Amino acid sequence: MSLQTPIAKARGLGSAKEGTHHWTAQRLTAMALAPLSLWLIYTLVFVTGADYSSLADWLGNITNAALLLLFLFSLFYHALLGVQVVIEDYVDSEWQKIGCLVLVKFLAWLAGLSASIAVLKVYLGL
Amino acid sequence: MAEFTLPKNSKVKIGKTFSNANGASNKKTFRIYRWEPDSGENPRLDTYEINLDNCGPMVLDAIIYIKNEIDSTLTFRRSCREGICGSCAMNIGGTNTLACTKAINDFSGDIAIYPLPHMPVVKDLVPDLTHFYAQYASIKPWMQTQTPPPPDAERLQSKEDRELLDGLYECILCACCSTSCPSYWWNSDRYLGPAILLQAYRWIVDSRDEFTGERLDNLEDPFRLYRCHTIMNCTNTCPKGLNPAKAIAEIKKLMVTRTL
Repeated sequence: MSLQTPIAKARGLGSAKEGTHHWTAQRLTAMALAPLSLWLIYTLVFVTGADYSSLADWLGNITNAALLLLFLFSLFYHALLGVQVVIEDYVDSEWQKIGCLVLVKFLAWLAGLSASIAVLKVYLGL
Repeated sequence: MAEFTLPKNSKVKIGKTFSNANGASNKKTFRIYRWEPDSGENPRLDTYEINLDNCGPMVLDAIIYIKNEIDSTLTFRRSCREGICGSCAMNIGGTNTLACTKAINDFSGDIAIYPLPHMPVVKDLVPDLTHFYAQYASIKPWMQTQTPPPPDAERLQSKEDRELLDGLYECILCACCSTSCPSYWWNSDRYLGPAILLQAYRWIVDSRDEFTGERLDNLEDPFRLYRCHTIMNCTNTCPKGLNPAKAIAEIKKLMVTRTL
């Protein structure tokens, strides 16, 4: 039983003074992803069926490598922000919520870093 | 996880049927949610068939008629019967609205009436709005200033500044919008919901108020403000034709503006 007043419950732990950065980042990454996705699809149509060396040549171009890295960063950052909101919305238990959020952040970094390293490996010709 | 199905003791059963139409041609059937806290029974849906020639044109007229003539145990809130007090907000035909301004003729078939969704029920169509009102109080819905009021005059506001309050001051806090918002259903413990955020914006945009920054500080929170995912049920359902979703968007814009 709680004898807390309704106002105390409504005020809770106060405002986190946070969330605006998340909101802005979600929109900026979405804006970046729109042209970058089109660019990637356009490129993929052209390289379909090409062998490894010609693809490595294409990725050896600094602009292509930079755009691909930008695409990967925007993609995984945007996905992380989106999944975070879904978890905060629907997972009620505090511990489950924290666990899910930590897991998703680790997974996003792991996937994002692995993909970026793969791009760099080809670009640097290692 | 969020609750997507009703718990066992909230499953709505078929209730009793009452008819007062006596073979009248101009009749209507109302299916109304009933629940008594003292009986220990599950909620039920009672059916009332009434002769529309004997009652007024609005849904509120019909439930007042049912209470007076058929079943005096039916419990609901009502006061002004002209859409200004917000007491008779309920879920009518699947949409949250005011019973007093919703015409019976707007519905072709039977009319189902439930209390406002996802709120604790006190009895029948009466929801417990304690937390909703506490959230309203938490945004300090009064003018806050550093400048003392002029000793012998009102605080002045230009006509243009006054116009900024149009579409906001008309809100009667009936809670139709907040209780139609899925985000409010899942997270109302921390999310303020469309009604309270519209009211918060009403004070943020008031040219006479001097605590805009503090008000924004108080709202800047992943749950209080940013649980709004622009679902827009609030704007769809508002019986006063207001646009809470736009007010929330304006708050979000101000949040970004002050970082730039």
